[in-house]
Amino acid sequence: MADVLKKVPVREQDAKVRATNFEEVCLGYNQEEAMEEATRCINCKNAKCVSGCPVAIDIPGFIKEVKEGKIEEAYKVIGKSSALPAICGRVCPQESQCEGKCIRGIKGEPVSIGKLERFVADYALEHDIKPEKAETTNGHKIAVIGSGPAGLTCAGDLAKMGYEVTVFEALHELGGVLVYGIPEFRLPKQKVVAKEIEKVKELGVKFETNVVIGKSTTIDQLIEEEGFEAVFIGSGAGLPMFMGIPGENANGVFSANEYLTRSNLMKAFDESYDTPIVGGKKVAVVGGGNVAMDAARTALRLGAEVHIVYRRSEAELPARVEEVHHAKEEGVIFDLLTNPKEIFVDENGNVKGMKVIRMELGEPDASGRRRPVEIPGSEYEIELDTVIMSLGTSPNPLISSTTKGLETNKWKCIVADEELGKTSKEGVYAGGDAVTGAATVILAMGAGKAGAKGIDTYLKEE
Amino acid sequence: MYKILKAEKLADKIILMDVLAPRVAKHCQPGQFVIVKMDDKGERIPLTICDYDREAGTITIVFQEVGASTVKMADLKAGDGFRDFVGPLGCTSEFVLEDLETLKKKKMLFVAGGVGAAPVYPQVKWLHQHGIAADVVLGAKTKDMVILEKELEAVAGNLYVTTDDGSYGRSGMVTTVVEDLVQKEGKHYDVCVAIGPMIMMKFVCLLTKKLELPTIVSMNPIMVDGTGMCGACRLQVGDQIKFACVDGPEFDGHLVDFDQAMKRSQMYKTEEGRAMLKLQEGDTHHGGCGNCGGDN
Ligand SMILES: Cc1cc2nc3c(=O)[nH]c(=O)nc-3n(C[C@H](O)[C@H](O)[C@H](O)COP(=O)(O)OP(=O)(O)OC[C@H]3O[C@@H](n4cnc5c(N)ncnc54)[C@H](O)[C@@H]3O)c2cc1C
Ligand SMILES: Cc1cc2nc3c(=O)[nH]c(=O)nc-3n(C[C@H](O)[C@H](O)[C@H](O)COP(=O)(O)OP(=O)(O)OC[C@H]3O[C@@H](n4cnc5c(N)ncnc54)[C@H](O)[C@@H]3O)c2cc1C
Ligand code: FES
Repeated sequence: MADVLKKVPVREQDAKVRATNFEEVCLGYNQEEAMEEATRCINCKNAKCVSGCPVAIDIPGFIKEVKEGKIEEAYKVIGKSSALPAICGRVCPQESQCEGKCIRGIKGEPVSIGKLERFVADYALEHDIKPEKAETTNGHKIAVIGSGPAGLTCAGDLAKMGYEVTVFEALHELGGVLVYGIPEFRLPKQKVVAKEIEKVKELGVKFETNVVIGKSTTIDQLIEEEGFEAVFIGSGAGLPMFMGIPGENANGVFSANEYLTRSNLMKAFDESYDTPIVGGKKVAVVGGGNVAMDAARTALRLGAEVHIVYRRSEAELPARVEEVHHAKEEGVIFDLLTNPKEIFVDENGNVKGMKVIRMELGEPDASGRRRPVEIPGSEYEIELDTVIMSLGTSPNPLISSTTKGLETNKWKCIVADEELGKTSKEGVYAGGDAVTGAATVILAMGAGKAGAKGIDTYLKEE
Repeated sequence: MYKILKAEKLADKIILMDVLAPRVAKHCQPGQFVIVKMDDKGERIPLTICDYDREAGTITIVFQEVGASTVKMADLKAGDGFRDFVGPLGCTSEFVLEDLETLKKKKMLFVAGGVGAAPVYPQVKWLHQHGIAADVVLGAKTKDMVILEKELEAVAGNLYVTTDDGSYGRSGMVTTVVEDLVQKEGKHYDVCVAIGPMIMMKFVCLLTKKLELPTIVSMNPIMVDGTGMCGACRLQVGDQIKFACVDGPEFDGHLVDFDQAMKRSQMYKTEEGRAMLKLQEGDTHHGGCGNCGGDN
């Protein structure tokens, strides 16, 4: 009998093998494993896990169905609250959400809620179980800007209510960060993302790629000239930040966004695609979030020795625990409590090294984390040929600067209320990273749902 | 699919195409650009909008075959299409937003080098349509490489054509012509707009600094998304870092760090060289590129 204090282990690609390929790292549970893990759930009456889930999925409810082998039923339970379970099951920070609250976690390991969600969602994808479509449309036209998790969810929910929804996407592919940011080895594009999007299409949602709102047309024009009655903005937070240190414009310094976009969206890791990427021999990735881990593990797979350079300590790494763990297994080296000061450039403009300084943790700052401070005189130099800056992103001003009466805050985030996504402009709703700044898939999805509810309420009041 | 309605060879390795893209044609202004992608596996290639027809919904692009993608693109015919065609991107030329009366008092000089004639044309045409005649210096390596001469002639004030080898028009580089116009031929200009290869823009700017002639350039760094998302296109302009795709592509030429920009545009030279090799050798490609593992 397995140890009930521990999760049923999930099968993964061997670390040495996967460090050289772009196939998915985690292989997920099969039905037998899932049903066994499900028995670990004690079906708490006042389930804490549900309160830890930003969209309040009935977790004990779906796990109960899994326990009984009724996977399709389990999918329906999840489907009431989540539009993208195959994605969330793979990328949610479960350790600080549902699993972080699980009673089992007090004495042993929490129930593997994320892996169970993923199993149920993958089962639904494989068995082509479809969400229910509205019988007739109500004739009201809604525009959704951006096809990331916020936009997809909002569009899907509105279509289910009978609205005629068109999603406008600036890039040539749908999915937002799910296709340009998060790598294949963590979130397969064809097997998972494309299929989830296909489901939204089957609900009757129309998609128009290659339309940059604010340039190709504006929100005001969508409303005044194209007959859209309401608009949802889910344009994300895609603007990369740089450090402002000397040498940052050298060849070989990239934003994580550029590096990941080349590899994921443009598929530069695959020789048969035209877009190039510089693999690098020795790479430093500056930052400690999910984005940094993804960039590091991508560079590793392209053949480089990779260092994460992060100014705080391991405990403060904002990335999902699983990603840090996987990165270490694969051989990414962590230079913690270290911060870049200058990038050295050779005569051809290429990166040749970096000066860094050691840090120590001081008093807690506004975020509650201990503030890193430089240790005087502890500078040293490292030789490398590539630096990837992963310092966070902020919302793109393309939309806010071209839309009359749309209020933003000092971080350029669109101001919208949490419950219904209402902005300062009538008929315009917003949610996801565009409102909160870079956050998570599940929060963006929740905001998409809120926006759909907001738009429905607004048009019913009209 | 964005259908190609016309594909015409203007000169050796220089192609003009009219592409059906109604959303772009409806909203574009001089100075802006598009990004095209040929097929599933293609790169995103930025190209300036050379002309537009709002009624017909078409955009004219002119491009030079310089690397793997543009060479492949040159094979497309009327009736074919681009998988993706997005725009208009970037900011419009500053004068479009200027007060027309003030603008009419300014004497403008455009300097177009090589394919730079393509982005210059819509600007001069716009001015012409607003009753302003701008002078244009049109430079090319040799007679056969002079493009859009007739079109420019129809909308420019004075058109000065020059070739590096003297085979047509005046003789010498565009900088020589600018210097002659201002210093020997008594012309006065308030603004210069120089568009062409980076090296040309650099030298025009060195000259116009000396002549105290404010100069705008249109930068063409390597880009990926073209919407401000990646920073590949970043440039040093004065003491600031600018993203050419959203802050530009036009900048004050006297502030641009051209040496850095030219180095940055060489970043993928070896990778692109391999891509070119792969394209030229096609199915017969058996190693040598250092990338594919050769015959094993
Ligand atoms: C590399 C990386 C790894 C991550 N890992 C995780 C993870 O493991 N777990 C997790 O929960 N979260 C993760 N995140 C964060 C998560 O992906 C985001 O919080 C989430 O995608 C935000 O969703 P969104 O719909 O608000 O925006 P996005 O996903 O950013 O989508 C916005 C879309 O709008 C489009 N757009 C923007 N402007 C315009 C315009 N003007 N006109 C038309 N379209 C426009 C964009 O092209 C984009 O497709 C990660 C992010 C990155 C970058
Ligand atoms: C805003 C903008 C507008 C542009 N407008 C036009 C246009 O109207 N017409 C046009 O022909 N091109 C234009 N370009 C340049 C065009 O995008 C590039 O020539 C093209 O991307 C090259 O792709 P490739 O794969 O064929 O060549 P690559 O294989 O990428 O490059 C081959 C070689 O050409 C060099 N090269 C790369 N880019 C340029 C460049 N911009 N100028 C000179 N040499 C370069 C490289 O260093 C390399 O050695 C523009 C670029 C930008 C950013
Ligand atoms: S091309 Fe990516 S930011 Fe300009």
